[in-house]
Amino acid sequence: MKKLNNRTRTLLLTALLFVLLTAIYACGLLLSEDAVTGSFLNAKQPPSLSHPFGTDALGRDLFLRTLKGLSVSITVGLSASVISAVIAVLVGMVAAAGSKRADALVSWCIDLVMGVPHTILILLISFALGRGLKGLLIGIAATHWCSLARLIRGEVLQLRSQQYVAVSRRLGKSGGWILTNHLLPHLAPQFFTGLVLMFPHAILHEASISFLGFGLPPEQSAIGIILSESMRYLSTGMWWTAVLPGLTLVLIVLLVDKLGECLALLLDPYSAQK
Amino acid sequence: MALEAKNVSFRYHRRQPWILENQSIRLERGERLAILSPSGYGKTTLALLLAGYLKPETGQILLEGKPLPKSGLCPVQLIYQHPEKAINPRWRLKRVLEESGELREDVLEAFGIERAWLDRFPRELSGGELQRFCVARALMSGADYLICDEISAMLDVITQAQIWKIVLEEAKRRNMGLIAITHNRHLAERIATRILSLTKPPLPPTSF
Repeated sequence: MKKLNNRTRTLLLTALLFVLLTAIYACGLLLSEDAVTGSFLNAKQPPSLSHPFGTDALGRDLFLRTLKGLSVSITVGLSASVISAVIAVLVGMVAAAGSKRADALVSWCIDLVMGVPHTILILLISFALGRGLKGLLIGIAATHWCSLARLIRGEVLQLRSQQYVAVSRRLGKSGGWILTNHLLPHLAPQFFTGLVLMFPHAILHEASISFLGFGLPPEQSAIGIILSESMRYLSTGMWWTAVLPGLTLVLIVLLVDKLGECLALLLDPYSAQK
Repeated sequence: MALEAKNVSFRYHRRQPWILENQSIRLERGERLAILSPSGYGKTTLALLLAGYLKPETGQILLEGKPLPKSGLCPVQLIYQHPEKAINPRWRLKRVLEESGELREDVLEAFGIERAWLDRFPRELSGGELQRFCVARALMSGADYLICDEISAMLDVITQAQIWKIVLEEAKRRNMGLIAITHNRHLAERIATRILSLTKPPLPPTSF
């Protein structure tokens, strides 16, 4: 067989990762609630063939609960990080391209949001919005844009002073054209890296806020809920309730990270044609 | 029919000395002017002013008796010394050319641009090859005046000759006004109909 070149291989890997993540997401979504209601007859069973991740204290199959939880986690992680990354790009560009006063205002806002601990802010926002998925999502999205916004502001400031941007203007291109053709493509790597880095953050915040009782309701199959429940049974030797769902969460984070890396490789001209 | 700088003065900051003071230049269409002076005399600043990249603090830049257009295509195009900075590193070179107009086969031919280069990224070409793209981009825009700011200073002699041949032919064919900024007296004498030396700024522009 002919050896595939690097670009084709990266492209295949990207497609594979994408399909895998979508599959996990779809699995969790399609699983009915009946699948995760257990009976006390099967309670506290260690991992076996019929229950690969074992069962919890209420006799629910942990593998199915984890799958369902992962889809919730992916929803929270992805949408919260996409929303905050978009906010970051908008805010960063306003700061860099707008007036000095706008820049000062935006920088002040960034300092303000960064000055308050995330957990407290998410907790307050989530609580004010009536908890649940919506409260959590908005809470996480509203607190995670700051550092990326600051990065993008610096990047736009630097890009605006580039010669090719000045040339473009003298060739009669409008501000909007320059924005979409010169500036935004340069911000894409920052955007995707920021997104990927925010993803585990968002998931862990979801877990911790749920753990504290201000996030998702306890009957929902979320990784955070599963982990906080397992705390109670760890000392009785039920290691599988924490280890296996925890490991799959790490695995998902790694997969997303790898996906981000592949995308960066494909998009960056320094490696695109290798 | 001329590009004019009328009593132009410029400095980069209010606390810094003037780089150009009361400078006047007039360039007719079809004329080739070389500006020849040592580093730090404001050659590049003058080029940036004439092409509308900078605004003079006093005085005016006039094109056919009117100020340069603020937006839209500028009829005075500047070619920079470092082509790799003047080209977006994320664009394939076809897009670089298309930024200034429709891509035509005869243009590629005239500038010695090979078809295969069009699908590459800027870092995959050499400086001389990139400079051809910058020249082509400036000329394809349909400019009437061309300012060349040391466009061949970083190239080897053969490439220099090739690039200047293209620029001169095109300038002659379209009756363009040309300003060449250079350190090289021989080059200036070879290409220009008139040579101008800038006077020394009153104080060295970088005084630490």
